[in-house]
Amino acid sequence: MSALELQSVSKVYGRGAAEVHALREVSLVVEPGELVAVMGPSGSGKSTLLTIAGTLESPSTGEVVIGGTPVANLSRNQQAAMRRRSIGYVFQDFNLLAGLTAAENVALPLELDGISTKQARRRALEALERLGLTERAEHFPDDLSGGERQRVAIARAVVGERHLLLADEPSGALDSVNGEAVMRLVRSTCSGGVAGVVVTHDAQLASWADRVVFLRDGRVVDQTAPPEGPESLLEAPAR
Amino acid sequence: MSVRHAVLALLSEGPKYGLQLRHEFEERTGEVWPMNVGQIYTTLQRLERDGLVESDDSEVDGPQKAFRLTSEGAAELDQWLRTPPDLGSPPRDELVIKVLVAIHVPGVDVHEVIQAHRRRVVELMQEWTRVKRDADAEDTSLTLVVDAELFRLDSVVRWLDAADSRLRRFVPSEPTPRAATKPASAKREAVQR
Repeated sequence: MSALELQSVSKVYGRGAAEVHALREVSLVVEPGELVAVMGPSGSGKSTLLTIAGTLESPSTGEVVIGGTPVANLSRNQQAAMRRRSIGYVFQDFNLLAGLTAAENVALPLELDGISTKQARRRALEALERLGLTERAEHFPDDLSGGERQRVAIARAVVGERHLLLADEPSGALDSVNGEAVMRLVRSTCSGGVAGVVVTHDAQLASWADRVVFLRDGRVVDQTAPPEGPESLLEAPAR
Repeated sequence: MSVRHAVLALLSEGPKYGLQLRHEFEERTGEVWPMNVGQIYTTLQRLERDGLVESDDSEVDGPQKAFRLTSEGAAELDQWLRTPPDLGSPPRDELVIKVLVAIHVPGVDVHEVIQAHRRRVVELMQEWTRVKRDADAEDTSLTLVVDAELFRLDSVVRWLDAADSRLRRFVPSEPTPRAATKPASAKREAVQR
């Protein structure tokens, strides 16, 4: 069963002369364990694709199926529960709550889902440990570096039993080495069975994905071919 | 890549044999630049002829011959390390030429041409990223070589993106013979000045 399926999804904002077609008949299937990058220029529909995949918005036409369940068949409450339990989001500007410590930020989605504070905290600390942030668990976002904040945001996105990780320019304004560290984490999270979708205009970030989908004017115009042998580059003749 | 200077650099650590030099060269360049034994020995012979290295015994050739750096060799290495490579004159980039030509070829959509190149370059970047992902975290040489390749390819993608978006805003009109030659040479002169 695919983790995420977009079936001929279109999204139109406004009406009449002010009508904007953000997405046109986009179809995309992401399997568990697969990381897909969506590349395109500003205004190509990347972020709309991500918000629709994450059930934060509904498509104008077409269907979104998450873990085999058509989202349109769910009530608002069921959709909200799905967002809390199964979907992790990472945003460019991290979106951490300034009044909560790193551990509290990570535990929040679990607590909102009715898990006891103690349990949620234990799981949050585990997630932070995996990302090398044990020492920073009791710090507030303002006391963390940009790279650490983004790692907390990733911990929050993967805590619990998430099946789908959605990231919008996840390395934000980080330098290239910290940006790479973020992509390594996203990559290893996906290798553990989570399906990932990263939207970006940065080819270096996109190149961490198994597949890169190119979006232009709301349409999927192209995608990369599956990989050849892993060692093909190193066997190339000397230049 | 200057094999000559790489050999001088390796010999700056102490005397070495030819086979050892080949092994260490490949190791330090992240095994991305394979080199055959012949290349190493030809290079060593030329360096010896130029007085930049010397060997134990110049009578006998073979794997048991150790080479060491001379003071002239050390000076040459030092100068080479500090001399910037020629980044001044733009290379004749085949990709740039293809896109420029595609703009005016009837029946060809330049944006499709750009996308075909973009896809291929991103696929190459994916391959390099997999090499980096699988690399030992302590293999700094390999990581640095792969980074250099990724940054180079990334700049190609960025140029393609910029070309794509410029050509969507403004499609150049058909060049007339006069317009194609005169202003171009005038511009070159302006740049040279």
